[in-house]
Amino acid sequence: MTTTSSNPNPLADTMPTFIGMPKFPTMAKEALGNTQQRRNLQHATHTIRAKRAAVVGEMNDWEALRRNGADTKDEVLAHLDTYLEQLEAKLVESGATVHWARDAEEANRIVIGLVQAEGVDEVVKVKSMATQEIELNEALEEVGIAAWETDLAELIVQLGDDRPSHILVPAIHRGRAEIREIFRNKMAAVGRPAPEGMTDEPRQLAEAARLHLREKFLRAKVAISGANFAIADTGTLVVLESEGNGRMCLTLPETLISVVGIEKVLPTWEDLGTFMQLLPRSSTGERMNPYTTMWTGPAAGDGPQNVHVVLVDNGRTHVLADEVGRQGLRCIRCSACLNVCPVYERAGGHAYGSVYPGPIGAVLTPQLRGTGSAIDQSLPYASSLCGACFEVCPVRIDIPRMLVHLRTQVVDEHRGTRNAESSAMQAMAWMFADNRRLQKAQRAATLGGKLLGKRTSLGAIPGPASAWSGARDVPVPPKETFRQWWSRTDGGRR
Amino acid sequence: MSQTDARAVILERIRAAGASSSAPAEVPPPPPDTVLDESAMLELLVENLRDYRAVVTEVNGPELRPAVDAVLQRHGCRTVTVAPALDDSDRPTDAFTVIEDHGLSSQELDGIDAVVTTSRVAIAETGTVVLDHDGGQARRALSLVPDVHICIVRADQVVTSVPEGVSRLRPSVEKGLPLTWISGPSATSDIELNRVEGVHGPRNLEVILVR
Repeated sequence: MTTTSSNPNPLADTMPTFIGMPKFPTMAKEALGNTQQRRNLQHATHTIRAKRAAVVGEMNDWEALRRNGADTKDEVLAHLDTYLEQLEAKLVESGATVHWARDAEEANRIVIGLVQAEGVDEVVKVKSMATQEIELNEALEEVGIAAWETDLAELIVQLGDDRPSHILVPAIHRGRAEIREIFRNKMAAVGRPAPEGMTDEPRQLAEAARLHLREKFLRAKVAISGANFAIADTGTLVVLESEGNGRMCLTLPETLISVVGIEKVLPTWEDLGTFMQLLPRSSTGERMNPYTTMWTGPAAGDGPQNVHVVLVDNGRTHVLADEVGRQGLRCIRCSACLNVCPVYERAGGHAYGSVYPGPIGAVLTPQLRGTGSAIDQSLPYASSLCGACFEVCPVRIDIPRMLVHLRTQVVDEHRGTRNAESSAMQAMAWMFADNRRLQKAQRAATLGGKLLGKRTSLGAIPGPASAWSGARDVPVPPKETFRQWWSRTDGGRR
Repeated sequence: MSQTDARAVILERIRAAGASSSAPAEVPPPPPDTVLDESAMLELLVENLRDYRAVVTEVNGPELRPAVDAVLQRHGCRTVTVAPALDDSDRPTDAFTVIEDHGLSSQELDGIDAVVTTSRVAIAETGTVVLDHDGGQARRALSLVPDVHICIVRADQVVTSVPEGVSRLRPSVEKGLPLTWISGPSATSDIELNRVEGVHGPRNLEVILVR
């Protein structure tokens, strides 16, 4: 039996890195060249950002709501064992079956077992970050079970053999013409084909999805969902959505399996009063999302009669053990931080190399997975530390502070290994340590400035500094130092 | 390893994480609820329902049946499903084929034009109607599969704020009833962020507010 304390980094293999994923700067450089994607992202992030600002502005005291939300989550995290035990007892009392999974592999094994016990080879799915994180669809596929994503954007991603690029609108990197092509080429192989003569008008594309998925909803025996919230004192699970695909999955099948991260617990039913305001307004920028389903075990004669809940750790307890990092577990997956992030807006979601992109991904992914791979070491640097993400976070996660904390961790892990940056920093430290060394070095630098004449910046520098100068203008050194100027002009008097 | 082990290991990891030190001394209360008088509250509900593209009809008690008929006519509906427990006063007249739900299959529901339900709570500040699916509210599939949902809301069911609505719903949850919160018709913004109404849920939400 292993515990977090005896194994400081148990996660590297629990949330797989996207295959062959290079580090963030490499991915971002590629994404920056994709003008269609940049246009889509700019439009999307700015639109949602403005909608959010408008509905948040309607609230009398948003800040008090945020503080209540943040502290409610901290209260949960501080006594997570107690709340989970309470949740489990209530769920069992209501007639649900509770399962526990230490990691992705165990969660997938439990779900596969439950699906196979129903004797079916397909399931319908409600969009869920937790099941993406554990790569459940791939695991089901391996044993011959088809998992149909039913959220429109997830359907676009799945049919296009693609990766999601945004938490809320996963296909935001795709334009309507691309979506039409995906539907025309891919729908027929997995069910009802796209209608003849379908144009790329959004209404027609949505209609195609409605028809394609309806036959799947009506025949499905098993559905798989996540949950936005799990209420400890009532045993209620909550799913927010817009299209009604969630309601279809949560209502029509006979068996419902919900995969829920252990940090999703809220202490009491009344806490929903706060979170049902924070989440929709921060996420889609609506006063309320079109549909929310709440269920407390199976309901007699209404909806699935076999109700299962799989409580998943998968690295969360590791995050919990980090004093600075644990606030990341407050996250309610609203994606407000993505929409205000200057780095996300330009680089897009794929560059982050995990199902959690943007600022929250840059802190959550390396915490969940550990900082073993190149992508995970580079993620804490995928930020300008401008602080906009903290500003909009409905549960006040101090993402900039966490980024700095993680950078320290990455640097500490590499202490002793030499690279261009650490060599330069060492040389700098030696120079700054002595006043005369610094003067000499500065005088030497002015020589370069004199030689370069009227130029104000250098181009790309070859050698070890090339990575740095590839993305920045390097200023030409000044023609005299401050000390030289001071003694020449007697402090500006001459 | 067995399930008991997984449970024990996770709980042990949580205890070993030592997070109890970051417990807030006291969770600050949420901001006080907005308080509106009844007429302002109903006005806000109607405004917010319409803002999210629900169609609202306001009636006095005796006008209810004709109003239900009028909505069905407007959508060209012929067949309507209702819960057996739905009061006669809430049902359409004989001009329509009313099919009581005694365990209709999903496929059968797919062939029906409309549904009439009552509701439990309506929240003015967000334009939300909540069903707990008891009595005339029908089981969940009824207000989901047919394309026109006519939802009857009575003035005394309306509250101003989300927290007020949540408090009112606790008894339903304690009875084990499922809840459906509805704010306008089904919608998606997944294609280039263009809002399209009606993906999988009813494409038409008709609210009849009875004063």
